[in-house]
Amino acid sequence: MTDRRALSHLLRRLTFGPTSAEVDTAARAGYDATLTGLLRPVPLPSPPDLGADPLARLGPGAGREQRQQARRIQKEQVTALTRWWLARMTGPVAAEKLTLFWHGHWATSARKVRSAQLMLAQQQTLRRYGPGDTGPLVRAMLRDPALILWLDGQRNTRRAPNENLARELMELFTLGLGAFTEEDVKAGARVLTGWQVDRATGVVTLNAGRHDNRPVALLGRTGTWDADAYADRLVGHEAHLPFLARRLWVRYAAAPGPSPAATARIVAAGRNTTAMLEAVCRDPEFAATRGQLVKQPVEWLVGALRQLGVDPARLEEQQQRRLLTSLRGLGQVPLLPPSVGGWPVGAAWLTTATTLARLRTAQTLTQLAPATADRLTGTDRVEALGDLLVVDAWTSGTRQALESTKDPRRLLTLGLASPEYAVH
Amino acid sequence: MDAITRRRFLIASGVTGAAALAARATACTLDDILATSGDRDHAAKTLVLVTLYGGNDGLNTVIPYADPAYPAARPGMTYDSGVILPLDDAFGLNPGLSGLHGLHRQQRLAVVHGVGYPRPNRSHFQSMDIWQTAQPDRPGTTGWLGRWLDTAGGDPRLAISFEPALPPLLAGATSAGATVPGGQLSLPGGLTAETLDRLAAPEPGASPALSRAAACFADQMRVQDMMRQVTEGTDEDETDDDEPPAATATGGAAPPLDQQLALVARCIEAGAATRVYSVSLGGFDLHADGKDSQQAQLARLDKPLTAFAERMAGKGVVVAVYSEFGRRVHANASDGTDHGTASTVFLLGDGVRGGRYGEPPSLTDLDDGDLKHTVDFRDVYAALLADVLGSDPERSLDGWTGRLAGVLG
Repeated sequence: MTDRRALSHLLRRLTFGPTSAEVDTAARAGYDATLTGLLRPVPLPSPPDLGADPLARLGPGAGREQRQQARRIQKEQVTALTRWWLARMTGPVAAEKLTLFWHGHWATSARKVRSAQLMLAQQQTLRRYGPGDTGPLVRAMLRDPALILWLDGQRNTRRAPNENLARELMELFTLGLGAFTEEDVKAGARVLTGWQVDRATGVVTLNAGRHDNRPVALLGRTGTWDADAYADRLVGHEAHLPFLARRLWVRYAAAPGPSPAATARIVAAGRNTTAMLEAVCRDPEFAATRGQLVKQPVEWLVGALRQLGVDPARLEEQQQRRLLTSLRGLGQVPLLPPSVGGWPVGAAWLTTATTLARLRTAQTLTQLAPATADRLTGTDRVEALGDLLVVDAWTSGTRQALESTKDPRRLLTLGLASPEYAVH
Repeated sequence: MDAITRRRFLIASGVTGAAALAARATACTLDDILATSGDRDHAAKTLVLVTLYGGNDGLNTVIPYADPAYPAARPGMTYDSGVILPLDDAFGLNPGLSGLHGLHRQQRLAVVHGVGYPRPNRSHFQSMDIWQTAQPDRPGTTGWLGRWLDTAGGDPRLAISFEPALPPLLAGATSAGATVPGGQLSLPGGLTAETLDRLAAPEPGASPALSRAAACFADQMRVQDMMRQVTEGTDEDETDDDEPPAATATGGAAPPLDQQLALVARCIEAGAATRVYSVSLGGFDLHADGKDSQQAQLARLDKPLTAFAERMAGKGVVVAVYSEFGRRVHANASDGTDHGTASTVFLLGDGVRGGRYGEPPSLTDLDDGDLKHTVDFRDVYAALLADVLGSDPERSLDGWTGRLAGVLG
C-alpha cells in the first residue's frame, strides 16, 4: 500500500490543499496514477465577462471626474477577475496552482497595467502555454499587452530604447543572473523595440518606424533578430532549464532550491513544464521536503476554503470582499504582486503581522463554515481536526493548545492558524 | 476618513491640549476598565455613540421613496421601491440595513429626521467639530460628553473610546475620557496567552520553517505587550491610528467596527463602570459612484450594530448613530453626492421607542441646494444626557433647553 503521507504531501504541493477524501482516493489509486491524473491537461476555462475596459474607452478630452470613475470601474473589474480566479483555484487538479506559479513568475501587476481585460488575457496565455514547452510561452509573453505595459515595452523605441523588459526577460523569466551581460541587455532591448499596445482592442503590433532592425550581437550570436528568434534563443540557452527547475523546486518542493543532482534529473525531463513538474514530484529528494515549505497566503487561504467546503463564488458580496481584505492583510493579493520579482518565498511569510492576520483570517474562515467546525467535538476532535485539514501530525505544543480548547469553532480557528498549517 | 485625516481632524479641533493630557494620564488597558466592575450602579444605563466619518448620505439611508422629488433629484442614484426596506408608506431603509429593519419591525429602532444645526458648515473637520462640541457658533475645546464627564466626577474610565486617538467628543474642561488601545492589536475572541504560548513551543526536530512559524506566536505576544506599554507611555502625537495601511482602503483586515463593538460588549458584560463608549466607522465620503459603495458601507455598519443590539438587549444600553453631515439632495455628474447638511440619526437599544421622529425636511424647499434641518442636534443630545446618563442636559449643552421628546425614557 502506498504511504498515505506521501500522497498527502503530493496533493498538498500540486493542488491548493487536499481534502481528506481526496487523500483517501489517492491512496487507493497510488502515487503514479494520482500524479498523472493531477497533471492531466484541462480545457481552457471560458473567461468571465468583465465588461468593456473603461480606461481604454476614455477619450482624450475626458475630465478628471470621468477618469476617476473609469479607474474605479477598472478596479472593480480587477476585483471581479480576482474573485473568479480564486473560485477556480478551489478545483481538484494542478492546473490553477501552475497558473499561480506562472503568474508569480511573470509577475505582472494590475496596479500599473490598469486593465482587468489585459490581465485576464495574460492569465489565459499562461493557462494555454504554461503547462507545455516554454518556447511558445516566451514567444506569446513577448506579445502580451499586459507584460509590455508593465515593463514599459510600449516606450521601448528605436530612438529611445527602454531596457526594462529585456533585462527582466533574461534575469527573472528565462535565464537568471550570470547567464547574460549588460551588452546582452542593450542588444535585447533593441530587438524588442517598436511593440505597441492598443488598449482598446488589446492588440499588440510591431510599429516598423519605431523598431530597430539593425543587426546586434546577442547571447553570442550576431545578426538580425526578431522577438520570436530572441525567445527561441532564450529557451534554447543552456541556463534556461536549470533556471526553471530551480524556480519549480522553490515553489513546489522547498525554498533552498534543488541539489545539483535533482536539478540534473529535472532538466533531463526536457523542455516541457508539466514533464519537469512531474520530475520534481518523482524526484527521490522530493519526499524529504515535507514540512519544509511555507505556504503562500493564497495557497493557505484557498486550501482552507477547499477543506472547509466553502465555494467562494457562492459567498455573499460582503464575505467575498472580506476574503480579499484578508488576503491583503496576509500580504498576497493575486494580480497585484509587489514587484516584477514576484512574491517572497519561505520564511519571509512568517512574521508577527502575518501570524496575527492568519489568526484573524482563520476566525473569518471558521465563520464561513460553522457546520464543519461544529462537528469537531468529542474526545477525538484533535484527530478529526488533523484529518479535516490534512495535517499529518501536530507538534506537542500545538496538540496541547488544541486539547485544551473545547469550543469547536475556536478549535478550528487554532488549527487553521497553527504553525503546522502554515508550513507544509 | 483615513488615519491622516482623522489625525488632522483632531488637531484642527483644537482639543489637542486636553487630548494630550488624556493620552498621558488615562490611556487604560482593557484590564483597567474591567477592574472597575465593582463600582457600577446596576440601574445606570450605558450610551454607545457611533460616529460615521465622511458624511453619510442621509437621503439614501432613510429613503423618502414616496416623494416624487426624490427620483427627480437623483437620477441613477435612487433605489426601486421593491428593494427599499419599508418603514411605512413614505419612508424606507437602504437595502444594506436589513438588520436595522428587523429592529424596526420589533419597534426597537428610532429614526430621527432632519437633524442638524443652524448655518451648516460643509467642511468635514469643522462640521465634525461642531457635532462633537455641540457648539455650532464657535466650536470650543470641549466635547459635549467631555463636559458631561466633568459633571460626573471626571473618572476617565467613565467615558472611553476604542479609537486610537481621543475624539474631541470626550475631552472635558477638567477631565477627559480614556482611550483603550485595542483595534488591530487585539486577538480573536477567547484566545488566551496560554494558548499562544503552547503554539509557540519549540518542537525538537522541526524544520526551520516550522520552528519559525511557532516562534512567531511568542513574538506576537511580546509585540502585543510592548504595544500596550508604548501606547500607555506616549504623547498624543505618537498615538496615531495604528491600523496597518491595508486596513484603511477597504475598511479593515477585520472590520474595525466589529472589533470596537466586541470590546464594548465585553466591558459591558463584565459590568465595567464605563457609562459612555465612543466607536466609529469611516468611509462615507462618496463623491462618486456613491450608491453601491454606500450600501456596502451601510451593511458594514448594519451587521455589527445589529449583532451588538441583540447581544446587549436587556442590559440598559442605548446606541446613537450620527455623521457630521448628510449629502446634497441632487446627485453630481459622477453618480455621487457632494457635502450637504441635515441628516438622520438612529437611536436603538433598551428604552428606545421605535418609530420616526422629527419633521422630514422638504426635498424642494432647500437652503442653497441642501436640506433645511428640522431637529437641532442638541435636542437629541439632551434626550441622551437626561434619559440615558441621568444628568441635567443644560450643564453639558451650554444652557440649551430643547429636548427631543418621546423617544427615550
